[in-house]
Amino acid sequence: MGLRAHSLRAGRPRYGERAIKAFLALCAGLSVLTTTAIVISLLGPTIGFFRDVSVLDFFSGTQWFPTQGFFGVLPLVLGSLNVVGWGLLFAIPIGLGAAIYLSEYAPHRVRKAIKPILEVLAGVPTVAIGFFGISFVVPLLRDVWPGSFLGGPPGFFMAGGAALCIGLMIVPIISSISEDAMSAVPRAMREGAYALGASKMHVATRVVFPAALSGVVASIVLGVSRAVGETMIVLMVAGNNPKMTLNPVEAIQAMTAYIGITATGDVATGTVKYDTVFAVGALLFAITLAMNLASIRMVRRYREVYE
Amino acid sequence: MSPKQGGRVRFAAGGARSATLGALGRQHGGQVLRNRIFLGFLFLAVSVALLGLALILIDAFLKGRGRLTLGLITNSPSGDGSKAGFAQPILGTAYLIGFMVLMVVPLGVGAAVYLEEYADRDRWWNRLIEVNIQNLAAVPAIVYGILGLAFIVRGPLDLGFILFTGSMTLALLVLPVVIIASREALRAVPPSIREGSLALGATQWQTTGRQVLPAALPGILTGIILAVSRAVGEAAPLLLLGAATFVTFNPQPFADAGWTALPVQIYQYAQRPQAEFKAVAASGVILMLVVLLLMNSLAIWLRNRYEQKW
Repeated sequence: MGLRAHSLRAGRPRYGERAIKAFLALCAGLSVLTTTAIVISLLGPTIGFFRDVSVLDFFSGTQWFPTQGFFGVLPLVLGSLNVVGWGLLFAIPIGLGAAIYLSEYAPHRVRKAIKPILEVLAGVPTVAIGFFGISFVVPLLRDVWPGSFLGGPPGFFMAGGAALCIGLMIVPIISSISEDAMSAVPRAMREGAYALGASKMHVATRVVFPAALSGVVASIVLGVSRAVGETMIVLMVAGNNPKMTLNPVEAIQAMTAYIGITATGDVATGTVKYDTVFAVGALLFAITLAMNLASIRMVRRYREVYE
Repeated sequence: MSPKQGGRVRFAAGGARSATLGALGRQHGGQVLRNRIFLGFLFLAVSVALLGLALILIDAFLKGRGRLTLGLITNSPSGDGSKAGFAQPILGTAYLIGFMVLMVVPLGVGAAVYLEEYADRDRWWNRLIEVNIQNLAAVPAIVYGILGLAFIVRGPLDLGFILFTGSMTLALLVLPVVIIASREALRAVPPSIREGSLALGATQWQTTGRQVLPAALPGILTGIILAVSRAVGEAAPLLLLGAATFVTFNPQPFADAGWTALPVQIYQYAQRPQAEFKAVAASGVILMLVVLLLMNSLAIWLRNRYEQKW
């Protein structure tokens, strides 16, 4: 049975196929449109804001009371830094410890059981973690606080409580990406080290860890970016008191919390107060964008080396 | 490395190791101790992470169990703690998610199909789209709220403070999740399926629509469920879009008359100092976590049930 000759000739142009391809490309293009829309919607009011407030005042002022004409963003930036910094102090050892355990030590079955549980932790809504913060973490910290030694006792809102909650939130991010990177290290490298008489701990810390470093750093950078952008936890637990401090006992206000608390209700468009939301939002977007791009780059690097 | 080779290397490594140990003597006590301490630290790290999750669940259950009655889902939000419930917020969340799914599924799957099946990866614009999606996945939720406020509620679209703007904003927020999961599912379909279909004379869309997409469906569904479960718990962007407290009438998706959602209502109750409202908030957290756990289990079940090994 031979092929009929005409089936080999060029067929009629298929406009339907082209229309479908155009539609699909449009879907993909929408993501670029989204980014553009974000930039436009942030930029317009931000430019308006800097017509009223000097750039220097914004970045170097140490007081943030927009209703009284003080527009120094530093207290908000320090507030975010306070929570994120202390949170990382908790999350990095826990996240990396979990990653090393899962990648190097855990038996197959344990690993298969623990990974989905960590995924569940990653999926807990931040409003639930924030509630956990005010109903459990802060009361606990207030109970066990060692007197005036650390400048306590803390109030009902404290940066440290939010830091613990944020830390708990980013542990699964750090552990899962780091574990991926460590599992991607070829087995031959471990075996080479064992052949030279290295102990399991040495293999984990001096061979696998350095080899996976770009992935580990990427996971931390992504975790920081998530932490900086997190709103509900800082809004509920850290308070709303813009203050220049890195002390975890104090109530502070983070950038996201300012946006969240100010933009609720009817803020009239065109007022300086409305524009502050966008100026702070633009700063937040710029910070997280820089970290995301750095993290995407680093993840790509370890993928290129070993996969 | 083939498994056989791997086995041989391992055997060789073991031999070399025992030879080294034989030559150098046993590991001395300090080293053994250090190894133990290190392993202890690793156990501690994993336990803290697991304990954190357990505490979140237990704390919510202990504080909210007294309120786990039917009133939780039938009572309206109220300033009277003994009667406060989540009826309208639950309906609001159902509307939000329903409209969001209608938007995000065609857009997300379409984008994934384009990137996996049609796009030429060497073109700069396709690479730009890819990096852009990865970045969008990590843009803070509250920035999407700003986008929704400035672009959808006001600005170019100017829809006003209606529930539907929340759906649109959440759709943009979870779009990268759907795209990334769908792409992975499509990538897992072996090229031979496509080649076989194309060789039989099917067009590219016939191949994609009738062979590749059905084969990738379980993975895509898993991605959609994960996206929905993320959207259900998202409160921050909704705060900016006019989600309000104490909406005591059923929300209308397109009416500018006030609307609310479950996570926003939990936040509002949790902010009140009285213990009674904390209990209501805790019961709301339980409700939300149960729904999310059910959805996650469904996703895991789907993944295991329909996972195809080619």
